[in-house]
Amino acid sequence: MEENKNKPERKNQERRNFIKSGFAAAGLALTAAGLGKVLSGKEDSDTGEKINVLTTDGKVMEVDSGHIRKSETCCVSPSEARTGIPGKKWVMVIDLSRCKHALKCQHACQKYHHLSGMNVWLKVFRMQDAENTAPYWMPKPCMHCDKPPCVKVCPVSATYKRSDGIVLVDNQRCIGCRFCMAACPYSTRSFNWEEPQLLHETSGATYSPETGFPQKKGTVEKCDFCPDLLRQGKLPHCVTACPNGVFYMGDLNDDTVTNGDETVRFSQLMKDKSGYRLNDIIGTEPSVYYLPPVDRLFPFKDPVKEANIGKEE
Amino acid sequence: MEEVKKISETEAIQMLHQYNDDLLPKEFGIIGKTWTILLLIIFLTGIYCYTNQLREGLAITGMRDFVFWGIYISNFVFFVAISLVGSLMTAVLYLMNISWRAPLTRIAEIIAVAAIIFAGLIIIVDMGRPDRVVNMFLHGRIQSPIIWDVMVVSTYMTLSILLLYFPLLPGISFCRDRLTDIPNWQRRMYTILSLGWNNSPEQYRIVKRAVTILSVMIIPVALCIHTVTSWLFASTYRPGWDSTNFGAYFVSGAFLVGCGGVAAGMYLLRRFYSSYEKYLTDDHFDKVGKLLVLLAVVYAYFSINEYLIPAYKMKGEEGHHLTELFTGYYAPMFWSVQFFGMILPIAILLFKKGRKPLPMFVMAVLVIVCAWFKRYLIVIPSMSFMPLQELPEEWKHYTPTFPEWAITCGSLAGALLIITFFVRFFPIISVWEIAEERGIPSGTIFKHLNKNNEK
Repeated sequence: MEENKNKPERKNQERRNFIKSGFAAAGLALTAAGLGKVLSGKEDSDTGEKINVLTTDGKVMEVDSGHIRKSETCCVSPSEARTGIPGKKWVMVIDLSRCKHALKCQHACQKYHHLSGMNVWLKVFRMQDAENTAPYWMPKPCMHCDKPPCVKVCPVSATYKRSDGIVLVDNQRCIGCRFCMAACPYSTRSFNWEEPQLLHETSGATYSPETGFPQKKGTVEKCDFCPDLLRQGKLPHCVTACPNGVFYMGDLNDDTVTNGDETVRFSQLMKDKSGYRLNDIIGTEPSVYYLPPVDRLFPFKDPVKEANIGKEE
Repeated sequence: MEEVKKISETEAIQMLHQYNDDLLPKEFGIIGKTWTILLLIIFLTGIYCYTNQLREGLAITGMRDFVFWGIYISNFVFFVAISLVGSLMTAVLYLMNISWRAPLTRIAEIIAVAAIIFAGLIIIVDMGRPDRVVNMFLHGRIQSPIIWDVMVVSTYMTLSILLLYFPLLPGISFCRDRLTDIPNWQRRMYTILSLGWNNSPEQYRIVKRAVTILSVMIIPVALCIHTVTSWLFASTYRPGWDSTNFGAYFVSGAFLVGCGGVAAGMYLLRRFYSSYEKYLTDDHFDKVGKLLVLLAVVYAYFSINEYLIPAYKMKGEEGHHLTELFTGYYAPMFWSVQFFGMILPIAILLFKKGRKPLPMFVMAVLVIVCAWFKRYLIVIPSMSFMPLQELPEEWKHYTPTFPEWAITCGSLAGALLIITFFVRFFPIISVWEIAEERGIPSGTIFKHLNKNNEK
């Protein structure tokens, strides 16, 4: 226990370095295969330039940039997207005590997924469980359930569960029956009711279920945990955009989650802060965990005032 | 109808002649033509609006992420419901050996066929990507209730068409042989459709056997189509849908609306073809009226299970949903539908005077209209009560748009058109089944109907 308490602090520092050096080398990432090559160090030649990387067991190590392979930055094909990232089981933790409805997560999500119109993948709700209980903000992405009701009812396997826990939608196969929307107890799915207004840069892009764009008329879409970024070893847009570190993303197999600033043991975090899952009683087993809104970083403010504060910043 | 027992050969032939004259399809009068044109206009408007929907997407409807299933789906449920009557009138009453069913079976069966065809079409209309319908066969997942629905609906459609077609063969051949001044295409149609029928006793034997087999087969399939349709809702977590009572509730409601459909059809046929009065007698209305009461009472029983027991608990979202139905936004529609579609028909039809043709017709129309809105109330309110806040206000309350209504009405008009054209070109009351019902020996029927024997 003692040891564990010190650990996050040290890791935190390491993590920052990692973000600065490793992530700054834009577009570079380790694939599992690439890591094997790095460790065996046989095939690639040295360049002399050193880069810090995070290994799967959470340690930072310095490697030569020549050993690092550029992963395909975009576009895993629809059939490849059906298998998850090997050895991973993604989980997200949302710390409600830190959310002040800044909506940076949502804006980043909308921007990077090129979402137009009213389709919002990440919604932030004002929650109040009962009249006499305190209100709080609750960001709600897709829960990526381990027993996903949406996947169960899809007649054509357009929405599917991967080995790494992510639930995706293939909009090249979706028939637009919207049964998944009916089945989802969390109402996280959106439908493209009309022809999506595609931005310049995305209109010509190759479609991949991992990026979700270009969107297509008459198909369902939803939060995808940014698997294209995870594949590159990066964190989802909402995690990096949040100024308050509300979102933690990580691998359950590793038992580590990080919000970009601090990396912590998932199990310890759950234990210390009484993590829970949304509507867990119905047995869908979400991959998103919440930390209750206690000892809050910010007092709760009503949306109108909050919106004005957002503008001042 | 108890005149039977022993009928002499000459008497029988006379009766059969009479049936033929009365029951052969006739050209429409001015009302029939106006009716047909009206339906065609509504149908074509629906088609036009659907081409718009294909181009612009489902955005032209009132549906949005909040209420994502609208009147297309409730209309689909309505079609599936009313189509169940085919199995009830034809199969159940047939297997129970109920004699008064004879003039009603074909009315019931054509309603079933028309409705199930349009059920299949309207569900494609609701799809965001109708161009990918083939994916259901390429990538179909047996775990999905939609695939079950595709399977049972197509099976039911096939069985219903056969159950309509087989007993119709003598009728078609009869039209082929006896209708004189008809255009060539119509004669050709009869010739092709009659499949060389020549009224041999062997053919009758085969048809009767086929009808018996089909009647046995269609009953479980009929129960399946509406039960599976109810599962499209009951397999979700939403308040109002998350119910184990849904299958029985849907099936009982389906029999009620189907029976109402037959009663209304009986009245209209009798009203516009005076010669049918001898076949669709007051006695038939009386019997169908009693059946309607029985079905309405059964439906009331399942409705009580569906609404009152959850209302006793008023559990969370379910309670919110029920409050909206009982006293909230949907209350006027909810109570009207319960009263006019179930309680009033029971009250009126319990009395003998209430089961006369005209009051029966009024009650039947009430049952049908209320049944349509009942399905609206089953489908739409369940999607209205999630604590979502970031959506525009108009997304929270669903109002069907004009194109949506036009397409829905177009589908209803299309189903009525199928029935109308059928009445125009085929005998809607089966001569040989009537003759059998009235005790004319089969031998005489075959002999009489066979044109070679006549000559």
